[in-house]
Amino acid sequence: MSHFTPKVLTGNDLLLGDVIYLTETDSWSRDLLLAQLITDPDQAARKLAYAETQTHKIVGPYLADMQAAPQGPMPMHFREGFRTRGPSNYRHGKQEGLL
Amino acid sequence: MYHYQPFDTQFVRNRVAIFSDQIARRIDGSLTEEEFRPLRLMNGLYLQLHAYMLRVAIPYGTLNGRQMRQLARIAETYDKGYGHFTTRQNIQFNWPKLTDVGAILSDLADVEMHAIQTSGNCVRNVTADHFAGAALDEIADPRPIAELLRQWSTDHPEFQFLPRKFKIAVTGSPNDRAVTKAHDIGLRMVQNALGTPGFEVSVGGGLGRTPMIGQVVRDFLPTQDLLPYVEAVLSVYNRLGRRDNKYKARIKITLHETGAAELTRMIEARFIQIRPQFSGQDQQVLAAITKAFAPPLYKTADLSTYQATYQADGLFRSWVDTNVSAHKQTGYAIASISLKAQGQTPGDATAAQMRVIAEMAEQFGHDELRISHEQNVILPHVHQSDLYALHQNLSAAGLATANLGLISDIIACPGMDYCALATARSIPVAQNIALRFDALKLEHDIGPLKLKISGCINACGHHHVGHIGILGLDRAGVENYQITLGGDATETAAIGDRAGPGFSYDEIVPAIERLIMAYLALRIERSESFLKCYQRLGAAPFKEALYPKDRENHAA
Repeated sequence: MSHFTPKVLTGNDLLLGDVIYLTETDSWSRDLLLAQLITDPDQAARKLAYAETQTHKIVGPYLADMQAAPQGPMPMHFREGFRTRGPSNYRHGKQEGLL
Repeated sequence: MYHYQPFDTQFVRNRVAIFSDQIARRIDGSLTEEEFRPLRLMNGLYLQLHAYMLRVAIPYGTLNGRQMRQLARIAETYDKGYGHFTTRQNIQFNWPKLTDVGAILSDLADVEMHAIQTSGNCVRNVTADHFAGAALDEIADPRPIAELLRQWSTDHPEFQFLPRKFKIAVTGSPNDRAVTKAHDIGLRMVQNALGTPGFEVSVGGGLGRTPMIGQVVRDFLPTQDLLPYVEAVLSVYNRLGRRDNKYKARIKITLHETGAAELTRMIEARFIQIRPQFSGQDQQVLAAITKAFAPPLYKTADLSTYQATYQADGLFRSWVDTNVSAHKQTGYAIASISLKAQGQTPGDATAAQMRVIAEMAEQFGHDELRISHEQNVILPHVHQSDLYALHQNLSAAGLATANLGLISDIIACPGMDYCALATARSIPVAQNIALRFDALKLEHDIGPLKLKISGCINACGHHHVGHIGILGLDRAGVENYQITLGGDATETAAIGDRAGPGFSYDEIVPAIERLIMAYLALRIERSESFLKCYQRLGAAPFKEALYPKDRENHAA
């Protein structure tokens, strides 16, 4: 079996537009660290199929490559990194209120 | 300026009601996202990286104080207290909630504004010279034509599903400040041998992944033929434009694949066919619109205080020399408000700043404002005797940066800080370049320089036509910035040449600094601008500065 890059299921919240992630209990979180790290392709396909039924909650679900870290999933690409924080010109988005 | 007629008001209100209902049906599950997406896009609502984004049209960049105040109110009530003015003379709100969008659109309708056709494959917001109605070099105000085109193109049944988006720009001046040559249709007012104004029509300009300068398809189009001619261009494009490949769907590709001569022939044939359908009602509408754009009631006032303050106050003098342009009316000036304070986000204004701008327009500017494609705000009609008070007020609001047309007056798209399409960030690159040259205290010495940054190949930041262009790309998962040199956005429009391999995020500011230092050493005299110097010497000495031989492995 070829190497599978771990993933999280992510997209944007229908009402807020904010980035959300699928957790192990099939609920949604705004925090990447609470996302389920998906480690095999079958599970990835199942989770994506599930997310595509959740149209009342999520817009544009997709699987994003991640690596495992002690604290939780870590983005492999800078785009996903920005999605966990918000823009770099103002402390808006997820980083708002954090120091 | 033009005010909504009952028809406009009803149309916009109806659209707010229809789209509000569509939002409600998306939320209750009656509409899928697939069904909703084209509906929200044709009402200016995008889903970006972190949030929804609402793009509001500012037709031909014209606003009044009341409208600006309403934008401030919307920014505070529904967003994060600011708005972003764009290269398309629009304003974008970066953080609206889906549930608030109907209310925002209703608030916009209260001040004769909307977000219709700010996205989608239709005729987009018609843009115009931001000095329209005021410029010294102007033949006539181009905005009546822009408003006629707005009315004609809004919900035009034939042109709601074009092969791709379609952008029209119009200028009434020989000096092209509206980048008309980079639009699907560029309309440049010219005079025939009798001195009668008409339009030179260019087709097929555009930036993006295949940048092209528009080609002239008509040297002189009489004004009364303008609407049927534009309709003929759209009609030919609608039939011929490719729908099989979105990257080849713009009219520039149609022109390239069909040939300018053949496309011109087809446009002329279609024009002859449809011209008789235009019985003159369009000219009656245009005449009524033109009345709405009558010049303000200019005043006269003593200029001795202005002249004295100009001599006495160095900051004021610097601002006048840099940000104030010649007006067609004696005693008047065009004042540009820079939204490019060094270190700030290009094109952003806080709600408080918007209110100051509105107040300045009402107090000193005959209640008129313009948004430029260069992401600044213009007070087109200010009596010179009011310039000092205007400057004092702007200074207090952080709006008196004297950098118009200088290296820190950077066009930058939102880039990957906001945009879902972006491949790299633009904003922090612009901030860092502006801060660096401010620290070096060099920008006035460098003189006129157009630096433009795009965060992806779609080129919203117009990098191809910057004297220096920067394109942010994703190279193997790392931000990488390509430099183009020698672009020109004016009547002598040109696409810049790629200088060579790109630079990393950390390398791009030093690279620009080397480039500028080389220019300062190479120019014959202070009056030789960067662009003129580049045109005289070619790319070689600038490439040497960007890629010094002793520098190891700069390539990405």
